[in-house]
Amino acid sequence: MCIAVAQKVVKIDGDVAETELNGLKRRVSIAMVPDVKIGDYVMVHAGVAISIVDKETAEEDLKLWKEMEEALRESFKQN
Amino acid sequence: MQDIINTAKKLIDKYNIGEPIKIMEVCGSHTMAISKYGLRQILPPNIKLISGPGCPVCVTAQNEIDAVISLAGKGMTIATFGDLIRVPGNNSSLQEERAKGKDVKVFYSPIDALEYAKANPSKEVVFIGIGFETTIPSVALTIKEAHAKKIKNYSVYCLHKTMPKALEALVVNGSDIQGFLLPGHVSAITGSAIYNFLVDKYKIGGVVSGFEAQDILMSVVMILKNMKNPKIEIQYKRVVREEGNADAQKLIEEVFEVSDATWRGLGVIEGSGLKIREKYSEYDAEKKFNIKKPNNGTEIKGCRCGDVLKGLITPKQCPLFGKACTPLNPVGPCMVSSEGSCAAYYKYGE
Repeated sequence: MCIAVAQKVVKIDGDVAETELNGLKRRVSIAMVPDVKIGDYVMVHAGVAISIVDKETAEEDLKLWKEMEEALRESFKQN
Repeated sequence: MQDIINTAKKLIDKYNIGEPIKIMEVCGSHTMAISKYGLRQILPPNIKLISGPGCPVCVTAQNEIDAVISLAGKGMTIATFGDLIRVPGNNSSLQEERAKGKDVKVFYSPIDALEYAKANPSKEVVFIGIGFETTIPSVALTIKEAHAKKIKNYSVYCLHKTMPKALEALVVNGSDIQGFLLPGHVSAITGSAIYNFLVDKYKIGGVVSGFEAQDILMSVVMILKNMKNPKIEIQYKRVVREEGNADAQKLIEEVFEVSDATWRGLGVIEGSGLKIREKYSEYDAEKKFNIKKPNNGTEIKGCRCGDVLKGLITPKQCPLFGKACTPLNPVGPCMVSSEGSCAAYYKYGE
């Protein structure tokens, strides 16, 4: 039931936002994330945005994964 | 991806003390991800990932399932998440009832079910409220809106369950679980402090994990690293904050109050469920239609879903698995739900 994919907020109309994921548009409730802005990514569960994805942390995660990859590549080169 | 897995393996080897270690995940989406990415096969043999009571449909007690199915025969429109309709009751299922002409409708969101009720005032729409803290705010929203807009033909059969007391029930009498992979989206709502009792009372740590293979492997590394000094940490920081979602918590508190709940396999657990507050009682289907759960909600014969949910056996240890019980012909909910452990093991050939 947890679809763990963030959706991008493209339009806001009161308590409802239009989100986009891979070209698919959806209407979701943003009553639980009142601070959300257009351009933010939100995690959506059962039609309700439950959390705004923290871009910095998401980027850090990606960076960490990339670093792990790099570190491994280096160690392969050395061997 | 392969590189990341290899690196994670190195880190796991670094922190692996070599003794048998059991880590339990308590989120159906983690269960699916672990099977899908083959993470059990990646880990050293002494580290076991076992599934716990994380699939909402699976933990719903058999007599609750039977009560829902019998409700379909009473002329209401049953509005439900898709996972529930194939779960076998003792005599029928929602799917079978629908085939007989009963009005059973699948909705992606309770908000859609409320919209349907608004558009069809002659129908009595009962939403089946199943799910943990992640789902509960969406249901609370509909009850609040129905109340504000005086919609009379919508109600919720509240079977919601909450996570902390169920975790405690698993460890209170001693257990060999040494760490928990804690649910990502439940924790987005609740925050991570609700799990502190695991460390304080039981010296068991846990990590709130995301759903990618990398997330889960990192969380396993974190659990192993903290093994000697257990703590609750968040790996899934891009979505989960320590304090959770205060707006959602407030909404839950406004619409629901704590109650006891019956879990498949675990039985009645004090304070592990929610009921609709008196203020909103006209939206409480249990009161509105005087729903009685049958006393004889016996488990379906031979089905060991309850033991699977407690992590006592793996799906493959159930004699029905893959023989009498398959996704096409499921005997119990763990084989039906897209988040059930048995379905995950079957689908990914574990």
